[in-house]
Amino acid sequence: MKTVVHNFHKAFESTIRLGIMSALAANDTVDFNSLKEYLSLTDGNLATHLKALEKEGFIDLKKSFIGRKPNTKYFMTKAGRKAFDDHLKALEKLITRRSGKGN
Amino acid sequence: MKSDQDYIRDIGEMRSMMERSSRFMSLSGLAGVMAGIYALSGTLIVFKVFDYNPGVNIQPGRRGASSQAFSEVVMLGITILVLAVGTAMYLSFRKASKAGEKFWNAAARRLVINMAVPLVAGGIVLLIFISKGLAALTLPSSLLFYGLALYNASKFTYEEVRSLGIIQIILGLAGLVFIQYGLLFWALGFGILHIIYGVYMHYRYER
Repeated sequence: MKTVVHNFHKAFESTIRLGIMSALAANDTVDFNSLKEYLSLTDGNLATHLKALEKEGFIDLKKSFIGRKPNTKYFMTKAGRKAFDDHLKALEKLITRRSGKGN
Repeated sequence: MKSDQDYIRDIGEMRSMMERSSRFMSLSGLAGVMAGIYALSGTLIVFKVFDYNPGVNIQPGRRGASSQAFSEVVMLGITILVLAVGTAMYLSFRKASKAGEKFWNAAARRLVINMAVPLVAGGIVLLIFISKGLAALTLPSSLLFYGLALYNASKFTYEEVRSLGIIQIILGLAGLVFIQYGLLFWALGFGILHIIYGVYMHYRYER
């Protein structure tokens, strides 16, 4: 099978990173613990994925305190939003092309 | 390199994550049915036992039997509310834990806040009506504010809640116009409509 792949950013190869980006796309901000719950990940694992996305410039964070507990909120940057939208469009194109062939 | 199947699965997961993180999906259809049953039983009790129709008795006396009957009706209303909310919370909690999710998450908080604002405002309006002897207005107004709360909250849970909200608003307004049928509209909105909605949601999402 020939695979036509463009516009697929390598950051989106990982299902977990795609999940993080999806959660951030649907919400203004999402805190660390909520992300952990949605994705059923350990602290360390989630932190690694978040770091990677942060390094890409796709997400950013705001640190604050609730009482004495630190609370980190993540949100999508403009670059992240664009990359996510492009990825969605590329996926859509891929699917419509495939289903078009099926008919 | 991923295969087509992987990409299709990706889309599914993106969708589910966006929905799960922004909407409260643990609301149970059965909760709607139960709320409807409580409301209908309450209506029957008011009708049979108290022989009370607020449309007729627009200004309940401040003293004597009718005032006492009125406060008992208010107590009954509060009991129905507590029962309905309690059942909804219990069933949602059960549904969430079955799905391996937390019941009280960010989406649940947003849902509650967005419902609470119109509901609290409505509750205060009802108290003002009662204090001014306009008891007949309370039943249709409660429908109206409940409908507004549902409409507002629908962005944070199942889409169908929006239609439910709109119908409750219409029933509330109709109840204000035809004030002598206040109890009937109330039973229709909180009773019958909840049961229909709950059954629909149960068959649509929970089987």
